[in-house]
Amino acid sequence: MDSAVLIHRLHFAFTVTFHYLFPQLTMGLAPLVLALKTIGLWKNDERYNKAARFWAKIFGISFVFGVATGIPMEFQFGTNWSHFSKFAGGVIGQTLAMEGTFAFFLESAFLGLFLYGEKRLSKMAHWWTCFAVFFGSWLSGYFIVATDAWMQHPVAYRMTADGSVTLSSFWGLILNPWALWQYAHNMAGAAVTGAFVMAAVGAYYILSEKYAEQGKIFVKVGVIGGILSSLLVIGPTGDGQGHNLANYQPAALAAMEAHFDTKTADLVILGQPNVEAKTIDNPLVVPKALSFLVSRNWNTQLRGLSSFPESEWPTNISLLYYAYHIMVGLGTIFMLVMLLSGIQLWRNKLHETKWLLWVLMLSVPLPYIANTAGWMTAEIGRQPYLIYGVLRTIDGFSKSVTAANVWFTLLGFLGMYTLLAILFLFLVQREIEHGPDSVDGILPASAHGGAAATGRN
Amino acid sequence: MEFTGFLWFAIISVMLTVYVILDGFDLGAGALHLFLGRTDEERRKIIKSIGPVWDGNEVWLLATGGVLYFVFPQLYASSFSGFYLPLMMVLWLLMLRAIGLEFRTHINDGIWASFCDGIFSVGSLLLAIFYGAALGNVVRGLPLGPDHYFFLPMWTNWNVGAHPGVLDWYTVLSGVVALVALCVHGANYIVCKTDGELNERARTTSLVLTPVLLLLTLVSLGATLAIHPGIVANYNALKIGYLIPVLVFASLIGVFVFQKARKEVLAFVSGALYLAFMLVGAVYSLYPVILPGIDPQYSLTIKNSITESYALQVGLRWWIVGIVIALGYFIFLYRMFRGKIVLENHGGYGD
Repeated sequence: MDSAVLIHRLHFAFTVTFHYLFPQLTMGLAPLVLALKTIGLWKNDERYNKAARFWAKIFGISFVFGVATGIPMEFQFGTNWSHFSKFAGGVIGQTLAMEGTFAFFLESAFLGLFLYGEKRLSKMAHWWTCFAVFFGSWLSGYFIVATDAWMQHPVAYRMTADGSVTLSSFWGLILNPWALWQYAHNMAGAAVTGAFVMAAVGAYYILSEKYAEQGKIFVKVGVIGGILSSLLVIGPTGDGQGHNLANYQPAALAAMEAHFDTKTADLVILGQPNVEAKTIDNPLVVPKALSFLVSRNWNTQLRGLSSFPESEWPTNISLLYYAYHIMVGLGTIFMLVMLLSGIQLWRNKLHETKWLLWVLMLSVPLPYIANTAGWMTAEIGRQPYLIYGVLRTIDGFSKSVTAANVWFTLLGFLGMYTLLAILFLFLVQREIEHGPDSVDGILPASAHGGAAATGRN
Repeated sequence: MEFTGFLWFAIISVMLTVYVILDGFDLGAGALHLFLGRTDEERRKIIKSIGPVWDGNEVWLLATGGVLYFVFPQLYASSFSGFYLPLMMVLWLLMLRAIGLEFRTHINDGIWASFCDGIFSVGSLLLAIFYGAALGNVVRGLPLGPDHYFFLPMWTNWNVGAHPGVLDWYTVLSGVVALVALCVHGANYIVCKTDGELNERARTTSLVLTPVLLLLTLVSLGATLAIHPGIVANYNALKIGYLIPVLVFASLIGVFVFQKARKEVLAFVSGALYLAFMLVGAVYSLYPVILPGIDPQYSLTIKNSITESYALQVGLRWWIVGIVIALGYFIFLYRMFRGKIVLENHGGYGD
């Protein structure tokens, strides 16, 4: 592979992977915070309002980092992938522009009011600002997923005279069947992150006997959210996403499972793909299970990777295989942990089951790994194409930007994001240590919208 | 198609102008932050005056970028890859600035506040210069090749020639004009939002900087005519355009006169009009070119960069809906936030 395209890819991969650590938490926490606020409003229960306030602060910190690291993503389409932008801007520019117009304006207007306007607004008005922020963040997610979905499964376009593509159906682009499943799967995955983070902080509070009353609420809401989201992420959304792959990217699916020969397909639990020998070393498999999952028939012959020309193979089969298996393996563990916690919660014994609280607390990095691995599966599986079947990655990068210049900015981002990561952990750790009782301890800049309103009255 | 192209050219120009006016005052306030805010209290007032609105202001940049992307894919591709290095620096500055602005008051500690004040202010100041230099680059012209692409190093020999860099004497001059212009704009904003000593200091700053800006504007106008005499072609073709420079200078004099007369809001509006007329003047000279090449035959024009008509029509429909809703948010947000800043000491909000 040409080194310039490799470094352009690394640049995007690094910045987008780091970026998505933040939106997955904000999108995942949004429905949980809305749930806390709704319970607080409905039952007039101050404990839930306090919990909502605490999580709104974590949400707010994560949101700012998401905004700061998100702007480079839109820029990079033009800076690092200019040939792709020229080729496809007439289509995917629509969804990206809609994200700015419909989602970002909404979020930017209501975030400050939601985070710091509680004392100035009526309870119902404040609930609506929470809803607006939740809606904005999930809407934003849809436009981004729809953009990626078009690259995975291009629809609703036609070629133009100058060899680019242009939009031929607006609703075709918005309602891309790939986008619907990918969105549902992705949001369920984000909700898993939100649920685990909430449950983990709760478990920490109970185990350390600090703010244990709030900790019990966090664990309860986190576990209930975790059961729902960890089940949804598997079925129907994960299954639907798998069917999309089987229908539209069969070579990617075969590579994910390291299924080389066309035959009934086993589901590989463990093992290392051996691309040279076209087999799996040290396999641990469920016989014929993949055939069943894809076709609901145990004996279906599934097309193997060897039946595709090598020019259509994903360029890094081993990494793709591992990313996919890490995602699926962790997804299974999430379901088990959350179901077990749910049973103990149901029996009113979770708060005494110390070992399970330890598991919940220490699991906090795992959904981040699973979400990252999931996106790696999608994007490495799409290779060697930038737009599946239409434009190859090698034809999409900015040929006028040399590898040396990209190295320069990649190193710059590495430094900048190291700083941001330290800062994020520091700020979040402070909030957790201060706990939900010190809700008035901070005053970010956005706070002052509401403050000014009071000053006026 | 001719009209649709013009319409989108106008829409993007207006969106960009709104961005410059809105983010312009918070960038200018940021650039002056260390100078105007002498005490912690004054600095908190400055932060507080832009805190609730800066993010929404910055969204105009993203929204403009998005619209530019789908309407003129070739322009987005050429300009973003060509300005690779300065754009990446802009991104880093935007990040640092956001962190400094948003988290300054998170931690009640002098060292932390000073650190945040520093990255916020230096970030804002450099961004103002970069934006001015970017506009200077567009007006000067870019070394576009037959494939419509180019790549600019940060600097070459600092001269306006066949092999320019992002920075040469002309674009640095544009950067300085932009910095002073946004400082005036930011100072005018702070005058509107504060009272007492800070208000007086901001007003004096605006009164001192406005004549400087007038002089710089004249110099940059002369420099533009010197390096690019052809720039008056559109003005000669449609002579009403000569009103634009008149309005530029009239609005700038307006800033001074209104600030003298303590008409704070009118001074701010005059400053905003100055920025708008400066941009209109640049856009008027370019049309229908959207990215001028040093060799004019390779220039990007509306015609050779625009996408096809279905995408433009469907885009126009959702854009109108979206922008009307967005304007609603902005009116709501700025109404919630009207009036002078008051620091409070109750409720543990710390300010």
